[in-house]
Amino acid sequence: MVKFFTSFFRTHELKNGLQNMADTDKKKEMNSRRRFLITATSIAGGIASAAVATPFVMSMLPSERAKAAGAPVEVDISKIEPGMLLMVEWRGKVVWVLDRTPEMLVNLKKLDDQVVDPKSEKAQQPQYAQNETRSIKPAILVVEGVCTHLGCSPVYRKDIAPADLGSDWLGGFFCPCHGSKFDLAGRVYKHVPAPTNLVVPPHMYLSDSLVLIGSDRKESV
Amino acid sequence: MSKQRLASMIEWVDARFPLTANWRAHLSEYYAPKNFNFWYYFGSLAMLVLVNQLLTGIFLTMNYKPDANMAFASVEYIMRDVDFGWLIRYMHSTGASMFFVVVYLHMFRGMMYGSYRKPRELLWLIGMGIFFVLMMLAFTGYILPWGQMSYWGAQVIVSMIGAIPVVGQTLSNWLLGDFMLSDAALNRFFAYHVVTLPVLLVTLVVVHILALHEVGSNNPDGIEIKANKDPVTHIPVDGIPFHPYYSVKDIFGVVVFLIVFCSIIFFAPEMGGYFLEYNNFVPANTLQTPDHIAPVWYFTPYYSMLRAVTINFLWIDAKLWGIVLMGGSVAIFCLLPWLDRSPVKSIRYKGPIFKTALVLFVISVFVLGWLGTKSPTPLYTSLAQIFTVVYFAFFILMPWYSKIDKTKPEPTRVKE
Repeated sequence: MVKFFTSFFRTHELKNGLQNMADTDKKKEMNSRRRFLITATSIAGGIASAAVATPFVMSMLPSERAKAAGAPVEVDISKIEPGMLLMVEWRGKVVWVLDRTPEMLVNLKKLDDQVVDPKSEKAQQPQYAQNETRSIKPAILVVEGVCTHLGCSPVYRKDIAPADLGSDWLGGFFCPCHGSKFDLAGRVYKHVPAPTNLVVPPHMYLSDSLVLIGSDRKESV
Repeated sequence: MSKQRLASMIEWVDARFPLTANWRAHLSEYYAPKNFNFWYYFGSLAMLVLVNQLLTGIFLTMNYKPDANMAFASVEYIMRDVDFGWLIRYMHSTGASMFFVVVYLHMFRGMMYGSYRKPRELLWLIGMGIFFVLMMLAFTGYILPWGQMSYWGAQVIVSMIGAIPVVGQTLSNWLLGDFMLSDAALNRFFAYHVVTLPVLLVTLVVVHILALHEVGSNNPDGIEIKANKDPVTHIPVDGIPFHPYYSVKDIFGVVVFLIVFCSIIFFAPEMGGYFLEYNNFVPANTLQTPDHIAPVWYFTPYYSMLRAVTINFLWIDAKLWGIVLMGGSVAIFCLLPWLDRSPVKSIRYKGPIFKTALVLFVISVFVLGWLGTKSPTPLYTSLAQIFTVVYFAFFILMPWYSKIDKTKPEPTRVKE
């Protein structure tokens, strides 16, 4: 076995062998050795290239600092008024807190057949927000203000039946980038580019007027 | 320096580097068809703009800071406090738009005269490679000022990567170096914009020219001048040496181009919001998308197609279809050499069906481009859907209509 391998690397013999390749058998053997060496070198070179590429590829992943960022944020909602939208930054994204009027909540039901996922069956929200209003408290909607199409932030349009959005518009969110529409529970309308409802982030009430956005577990408080 | 002195110096170089040989092969004895017209200015003009972008780009990096907190202010610093900084930046930003103007005209020339046909298929594909790199350069460059359009434009493009099934989100995190668009992404897009992509672009341009000089230029008659060579000299009878004939022609083109270019730089560098958008003079605000966002003019046709799809089809949702259509609208140009089955190359000898199809295609590009600058309304979305179909029909139906079209016979010699 050892002899088999060492024979491949005695290059002076290879050279001598080529110089007087009288018999074709010897020539064949030389060629098969050469092929083996080329294949082995290519494989070894390929593995080495992959190994060298690894640190460069890995260096492009989110850094430790980026992973550590993104702690939950507390929001005081005591001053919010019915119909008012509060914008909060969490993990570099905008999160909306909307206090919906009773009228707005009634309107939500009328839209069930115009939205894609009226019962919020797709997991775009934690379990506790999988209900008619997509919220913990019926009036207060906490939702990420990031369009599920291509990440623009939709505009809050509470006006009813405006000229640009049509006479059946009952208030909601309109994305200026590509025209997606959502109702006041963040449910996406049919026939718009966005595929799913707006995402409800994990959140919990620390008190009646204090919401924690980014966590819903007691131990993280 | 005496003539003999110069000759002996060139001789010295020639013994060590093929200087004279290359001069002859690519300039003084490179034979190009003698019937080039107006449409043949744009290749050399694209090279001129490339040099402009490289030069002005180097000087911009001397003052620009690729940091999310400093980028916007550093661009304003270049505009206000650096001597002639405004001029260098406007040369660069206007150059970006003019790059697309000349490249689009250059591509349209190829479509009219069948320059993508055999034996220039690879030349066309290399050109498409240049076009892709150019689009990436434009995208990464537009992010650098970190204004509202930079941020939200990038947000849309980056979200597309996230929409790729299964691996999308991981890929997006890897590309951005963060879980959202942030300083990390700005910093690396800067690296791509000033190192990776320019090196790639210059390499591809060299390869493009080498491939061109191998097969020789096409011409408005779409006939091969190499098929008709002088029996004694072996020089194409319909060819003239590139230098001095076309070098002089191209210099004239450069002068006219520079008049247009300078007029834009000095009198309309923002071009009414088409070259530099008003919203990009507002620093990036990660919490609020501007009321109206649209890409720069050269991306608007593709952008229109992206948002034209509003219904789910098969098992793929509308969002992914939009992305596929947008990517496909650019990639489909690569198939042109194999879609065109016409017996003739040039539009001069093609029949009425091809001419109509090309006109419809150009109209659809302009309408889609215009729609891409507008806010989406139900009417505009329907229009975009119709013209997206027209755009793709031009390519997909080409194997049939180019075959049945009534063509005229090609001449054997180019027309004077």
